Amino acid sequence: MNKELTKHFAPGHSACAGCGFPAIVRTILGEAKNEVVVANATGCLEVTSTLYPYSAWKVPYIHSAFENAAATISGVEKAYEILKRKGKIKKKIKFVAFGGDGGTYDIGLQSLSGALERGHNFLYVCYDNGGYMNTGNQRSSATPYGAFTETTPVGKKSFGKMETRKNLMEIVNAHRIAYLAQANVAYIADLKKKAKKALETEGPTFLLVFSPCTNNWKFPTSEYVALAKLATETNFWPLYEIENGKYKINFATEKPKPVSEFLKTQGRFKHLFKEENKKVLEEIQKLVNDEWQRLVDMTP
Amino acid sequence: MNKKNKLALTGGAAAAEALKQIEPEVMPIYPITPQTPIIETYAGFQANGEVDTEIIKVESEHSAMSAAIGASAAGARTATATSSQGLALMHEMLYIASGMRLPILMLVSARALAAPINIHGDHSDVMGCRDSGWIQIFCENGQEVYDKTIIGMRLAEKVKLPVMVIMDGFNTSHSVENLEILETKIVKEFVGRFEAINSLLDTDNPVSYGPVALQNSYFEFRIDEEEAMEKAFEEYQKIAKEFEKISGRKYEFFEKYQTEDAEKILVLTGSASGTSKVVIDKLRESGEKVGLLKIGLFRPFPHKEIAEALKNAKEIIVLDRAQSIGTNPPFYSEILNSFVGTGRDLSVPINKKIKSYIYGLGGRDIFQKQIEDVILGKHKGKYIK
Repeated sequence: MNKELTKHFAPGHSACAGCGFPAIVRTILGEAKNEVVVANATGCLEVTSTLYPYSAWKVPYIHSAFENAAATISGVEKAYEILKRKGKIKKKIKFVAFGGDGGTYDIGLQSLSGALERGHNFLYVCYDNGGYMNTGNQRSSATPYGAFTETTPVGKKSFGKMETRKNLMEIVNAHRIAYLAQANVAYIADLKKKAKKALETEGPTFLLVFSPCTNNWKFPTSEYVALAKLATETNFWPLYEIENGKYKINFATEKPKPVSEFLKTQGRFKHLFKEENKKVLEEIQKLVNDEWQRLVDMTP
Repeated sequence: MNKKNKLALTGGAAAAEALKQIEPEVMPIYPITPQTPIIETYAGFQANGEVDTEIIKVESEHSAMSAAIGASAAGARTATATSSQGLALMHEMLYIASGMRLPILMLVSARALAAPINIHGDHSDVMGCRDSGWIQIFCENGQEVYDKTIIGMRLAEKVKLPVMVIMDGFNTSHSVENLEILETKIVKEFVGRFEAINSLLDTDNPVSYGPVALQNSYFEFRIDEEEAMEKAFEEYQKIAKEFEKISGRKYEFFEKYQTEDAEKILVLTGSASGTSKVVIDKLRESGEKVGLLKIGLFRPFPHKEIAEALKNAKEIIVLDRAQSIGTNPPFYSEILNSFVGTGRDLSVPINKKIKSYIYGLGGRDIFQKQIEDVILGKHKGKYIK
């Protein structure tokens, strides 16, 4: 593989073919001008990159538990502050935490909020694959409405997940941090730009990146980029950023594709195309339209 | 011996004073009664420019221990403090701190656990983490808190295991005593400079902390940790001896009080030890051959030495300030283990009565009369309440 591309995160990790996060990690860390130290929440990224005695990480890395990547990196960052002040460390270092949606939207939300509020100098990246994929596909608060998971099974009385997704961007934005953005692994140039901004901004910054899961969303491994593109082209996953409180949409089309175009690519939404779930499908389209409109209304 | 400086301090303030002299580089803190005076006092030192420490005011004890782990792995000398529910909330992270072999120092103001909620002292919280791979050291009073905080920091860094220095919530943490404080220069020399290994900030030599270790390697990590804990016996003794040289105060694994010819020996720890010593003196005056063994180092537990110290007694009376619901209380179990073996070569037979009592739960006072009755066999039932 390209040496430059793998200078932070080596090949040989055991992530699935067609998984979104290796490209996310490489693209983001590739934009770091300075040295980086990484913290990681428990999850797919962690288990597939650090199977002892191997590690895919060519940069210093710490995984401590599931709910605390932000708290862990807080400690690392403050150690850096004082050791630099004492002259024990000379280099400039940037701190990056990675967590999945389970480790960020759910169990790690408190520690993320604490670290954002305290203003540590770090970038938090949430790779969102819409559920607890490492434990075999259970619902999280990021799982889309209507999706099948093992804890939102489809049955006579269930069409999959019956609750809508949590809007994490708005929650993070409530901390009034200088930069946060929603990105998608299928739009590498956009992700690069956002990573660069996030890494160059002093204080806490946040990236929420769409990361398809071939295994549990149920689609062919070769399709992850095409599918992820559809997420944005249907407005299911808009690309936008919030810089010093100002919203900016980074991708918009005159005629967004219907959300069903995105949903039909994945086994987890298969049941929605049955006659009895027609209403659910309509509801999803409405949710996407409403969310998009909210975003447009927020954007000057 | 050095110039002596006497100060009237609470146990919590004594801990803060020792921490000030150690001057950890990072201290993640979160409030909880009856620990709060430690971190408040330390925050005051920071506010007055008396120490240079990065204090991270985290949003929970779970995050306090997580940040401590991050800071320690980054090569900073790290300390924190907690109590009760806070320690329970940290539980997951305690194992991760010890599993990563991080020399974090934590002061614990030991307190009861809910439910029902109770803010007063007992040992339920620290007993709940006795298998977590932390070195645990109990203190009787403020002087011991001060001394063992200094010893504890050095021990942690020497054996690369985290250390918990434990005082009784309120009884010790909030009681003012006259204590002797060493000169800061002496303390700084004693603890030395912290030389980190495998620091996360050494970007030229990147390390991965906290990997996945499966069936082929996990077991070995666990064995290594146990070996480190075993090593703590020897290192504790060495460090305590050196400490005696600078302070004149001697600390062994446990304290023996009038045990030489004692037929009955009371075993306990913490603030009730002081009250019990008064009772022992009184009973000695009336001709009773009684003594006291005060547990100091609880993890690792010095079974062999304790069996040796108790071997001539006909009766051993163990007082626990915690339950282990469903089995014997913690100290009592350890005393029994001291005689029946824990994989060591123990030759002392159990030809003695070993009695178990529970006292002081949720801050209930214990009085001299009760201790006296227990020793004289007049007390009925297993609870001293």
